[in-house]
Amino acid sequence: MNGFTLKLRAVLAALVICLGAATLDVSTAVAQSAQPAAPAAAHEEVLFRYLQTQGSGNLVGRVSIPDHKAATLIQPGGREFQETWRGPMKWIAAVAIIGMIVLVGIFYAVKGPIRTTSGYAGRLIKRFRGIDVFAHWLTAVSFVVLAITGLNITFGRYLLLPLIGAEAFTSWSEAAKVAHNFMGFPFTLGVLLMFVLFLKDNIFDKTDLRWFAQGGGMIGHAHPPARKFNGGQKIVYWATVFGGGALAVTGFILMFPFQIVTSIDGMQLALQLHGIIAFLMIALIIGHIYLGSIGMEGAFRAMWSGKVDLNWAKEHHPLWVEEIMNPTRKDSSLPAGAKGAGAD
Amino acid sequence: MARMKFLCDADRCIECNACVTACKNEHEVPWGINRRRVVTINDGKPGERSISMACMHCTDAPCAAVCPVDCFYTTADGVVLHSKDLCIGCGYCFYACPFGAPQYPRLGNFGSRGKMDKCTYCAGGPEADNTPAEYAKYGANRLAEGKLPLCAEMCSTKALLAGDGDIIAQIYAERVSTRGYGSGAWGWRTAYKDMVAG
Repeated sequence: MNGFTLKLRAVLAALVICLGAATLDVSTAVAQSAQPAAPAAAHEEVLFRYLQTQGSGNLVGRVSIPDHKAATLIQPGGREFQETWRGPMKWIAAVAIIGMIVLVGIFYAVKGPIRTTSGYAGRLIKRFRGIDVFAHWLTAVSFVVLAITGLNITFGRYLLLPLIGAEAFTSWSEAAKVAHNFMGFPFTLGVLLMFVLFLKDNIFDKTDLRWFAQGGGMIGHAHPPARKFNGGQKIVYWATVFGGGALAVTGFILMFPFQIVTSIDGMQLALQLHGIIAFLMIALIIGHIYLGSIGMEGAFRAMWSGKVDLNWAKEHHPLWVEEIMNPTRKDSSLPAGAKGAGAD
Repeated sequence: MARMKFLCDADRCIECNACVTACKNEHEVPWGINRRRVVTINDGKPGERSISMACMHCTDAPCAAVCPVDCFYTTADGVVLHSKDLCIGCGYCFYACPFGAPQYPRLGNFGSRGKMDKCTYCAGGPEADNTPAEYAKYGANRLAEGKLPLCAEMCSTKALLAGDGDIIAQIYAERVSTRGYGSGAWGWRTAYKDMVAG
């Protein structure tokens, strides 16, 4: 059979050369003079090799049905999508998310919660307005729902399906898919709100350089000074703005398939980017949740009540305390209810 | 056991679309869904060829690999089928499919594509063979009756071949050697990671 095949290929190759005068135009690409010439016959193998040198490598023709997607006869990229989905996507997710959990675990075991060393002053100062708290929790709650339902799409088949069975897993996944699609809207609104509300306090400046140089005080017991937000918080802010923004854009592309992005390659890319960015964001937010809850004493109330203890603020954000306590200082905005330092 | 495959001899296909019509009629496929279609390459130019394409029932099927709910399965005959009871209509199989086979009853706004539908190789679905429930969801189960897919069976020029992969590859190889030319087994490289004579 093999020898037979080879002989046939030789015959065919000769034929292709003989038919060389005929020109062939593959509708995906017009042959450019610099590129390899379009093959001289509609032979599957020849076309395939030619297409590998052209753009997307898809073989597109004409169909008599109105669905434009049906005109793509073969898109070999589907196989690459399959391999990416099966390999790199899952590895990126596993390494990023499990890695962060392990890191947080080690940090907690070695260092434990970061305490307010001077003890609580018992006096609260306002750190966030109501709208700030609302924007944060709008984003946070929708993000957690999106993360769980999104991870279900990637890992549920391996982790949850064997436990609860195919029917139950389908019911859950169907509901999860709907939740994922609808939670995208509050999430997008939350990211937009936070972008606007927290922008002015999240511009990187010289203070952040010092903060980063000292490792944010996470190693040892130093407390590098910070204004309203320290360098790490600014990273979380910008990652949320850009990462969350990218998740929103790719998410809407996926929610309206072939309507915003019309090519299959574009849809595949949107899905892969959506997944990878989401995995990295989930890892980052696990770290953020840790530091905002059990990782740091007195931090959670900031986003819960909007108020923080004065000593906590002095230890973690001394420059910010100075700014709000001394309204004569340049660039300081006096929050409602805050009094000048002299009023103490 | 046979390893069922499709092979379209593009040098014989006359783009009559009878396979498309036969498929729609046999399985009562709803409007807007095309389990099989004919694509014309180089339309109106020298070297024009038409190829009838449907689900190729791939080896190591990409759709099955990316399905979040694992609703695909491969039969002993190598036919790739899926369960509409388990499908959540996420659309991932369409992104992975090299042949554009998965079809959805709705457009897909807010993820409401409905249950995926595709060529079953006339082999029905997970329900008991030739039951009304199976017919309603997946169409006829000709394989259970000892028949091959209707599209290939009624192809007037016998361009579309269905059956055991080795046998249809041999038939095609014989044709190519007899007539002296052939344009290859379209999609075989991608679907079966395998080439056929010609």
